[in-house]
Amino acid sequence: MNNPTICLNARPIDAYMTTLINKTNIRSYWQALPLTLVLFLFLVFPIIVIGIVSFWDYNEYSIIPDFILDNYEFLLTSPVTWQAYLKTFKYAFLTWLLTLSIGFTVAYFMAFHIRSTAAQTILFLICTVPFLTSNIIRMISWIPLLGRNGLVNSGLQSAGIIDQPLEFLLYSDFAIVLAYVHLYTLFMVTPVFNSMMRIDRSLIEAAIDAGAKPFQILKDVIIPLSKSGIIVGSIFVFTLVMGDFVTVKIMGGGIRANVAILIYNEISLLQYPSAAAGAIILLITVIMMLVILFRLVDIRKEL
Amino acid sequence: MKRNFSFYMLAAFFGLFVLFLYGPTITIAVLSFQGPEGGLTFPLNGTSLHWFKQLFEQQAVGDFGAALVRSLLLGLMVMVCTLVFSLLAGLAFRKRFAGSAILFYLALASLIIPSILISLGIGLMFDRLDLTPDWYSSGFGSHLTWTLPFGLLIMFAVFNRFNPSYEMASVDLGASDWQTFRFILLPLLAPSLMGVALFGFTLSYDEFARTLMTSGSFNTLPLELFAMTTNVTTPVLYALGTVTTLVSFVVIATTIILVRLYSRSNRKSA
Repeated sequence: MNNPTICLNARPIDAYMTTLINKTNIRSYWQALPLTLVLFLFLVFPIIVIGIVSFWDYNEYSIIPDFILDNYEFLLTSPVTWQAYLKTFKYAFLTWLLTLSIGFTVAYFMAFHIRSTAAQTILFLICTVPFLTSNIIRMISWIPLLGRNGLVNSGLQSAGIIDQPLEFLLYSDFAIVLAYVHLYTLFMVTPVFNSMMRIDRSLIEAAIDAGAKPFQILKDVIIPLSKSGIIVGSIFVFTLVMGDFVTVKIMGGGIRANVAILIYNEISLLQYPSAAAGAIILLITVIMMLVILFRLVDIRKEL
Repeated sequence: MKRNFSFYMLAAFFGLFVLFLYGPTITIAVLSFQGPEGGLTFPLNGTSLHWFKQLFEQQAVGDFGAALVRSLLLGLMVMVCTLVFSLLAGLAFRKRFAGSAILFYLALASLIIPSILISLGIGLMFDRLDLTPDWYSSGFGSHLTWTLPFGLLIMFAVFNRFNPSYEMASVDLGASDWQTFRFILLPLLAPSLMGVALFGFTLSYDEFARTLMTSGSFNTLPLELFAMTTNVTTPVLYALGTVTTLVSFVVIATTIILVRLYSRSNRKSA
């Protein structure tokens, strides 16, 4: 700080921040305005409309403004709903377990075993690119591999391991969870990798010096310090699976139903109030799960 | 850390993961060159461009060309808005303002809310307001609810690591706010902004669940693809998949090249 102009201004940083705060408070509002408008117009209002319509009545032709609880009553007393929720939770849990194991391992490899930043960036890009391509195509891509006459079955048959093609490979719970893992592991890799990259490497050195074995370093240093990344990834995976209907539709072969499929089917039958009630219950379920997960992490600090 | 046994185990795991990510896509890319007599699975019955030609004959697969054009246009619209709105919001969030916490959680909600709610909600809202849903109105809005949170999160990540001393220096030297933004902030942010634009375009271009009830009477490309999965049983489905993926790859590669060229030319001039 031997520049005379800066020395005149005793604390330039404070002065700058003060001007920023005073001058730009109003500016912040108009800068945030476009985002606010979009979110209100296309997120808040639509959800309110769903909430209102969920209390309406309907017949074959139209929906009728009313205030009835029949949609909810029917929904909550139907065993179909409960089965669908059970199934959805099963998918979510399996997917979470698999994406966490795979995502953690992949992130761990990139963060602790790749030394150059350039190599890290390239490997990370390789993992990211599929996320930017179409989910539907990535699901369709499994058909020639998993179908009755697909690569897996014909391979296993010609190797003499099986006589009959395996039926469970496609259009099954297996296929659905496989597709989820295929589509969503990146949502786990990114936040976990991010929090691993923030771990101070000297902590690991210290652990080694103190005589910790590799497994102990993993268990007592790395996993606790990447906890927040794991939680952020879990939030993504859970909510994506809970609200999904496309994967179940394509990979489940049309007979399996999770919660969102029930809503989707009601939409196709134009039973909007009933679909709306289903959507509200789904929303409440997801919010309850999020409240629990968000208690464990401050997401703004994780970016 | 030494390159020991665990390194090679993990490297092999990573390799398998990459194969898992890309294998299926490569499979359908190969199968889309299936001969005219070929089916949906291996073996290849000769190779041809037959199914790519089929793609452009309207009777065969609905209106692929028009759907592609719609998706590209929509992607560009969403890209521009995502870029501008996220940058502005990112700047706003650098300071505290009333309601900033609510707005932040609203943006997060927009990201993690089940897509079917957005689709149903916007569809119902347009219906109640007697508006006709169209891909460029309701569809456009529903896409923004998906792309803007990503844009915003990227901006957060960027500004959290951003060193404000360049701006301070610029202000100290007497630059106006606009000059500081135009000549200091914008060039420094440019590579990240290209990333935001890339996300805006590709996420919109591939978006399905939120478009379902909001695209009106004309399909976007993913909707067209989804319709095909139920009623098309020829490799033309794979050809469409290959073309769509190719467009994504070209966009991603272009962005990466632009970012690299940009940072290289900056280094030279600096």
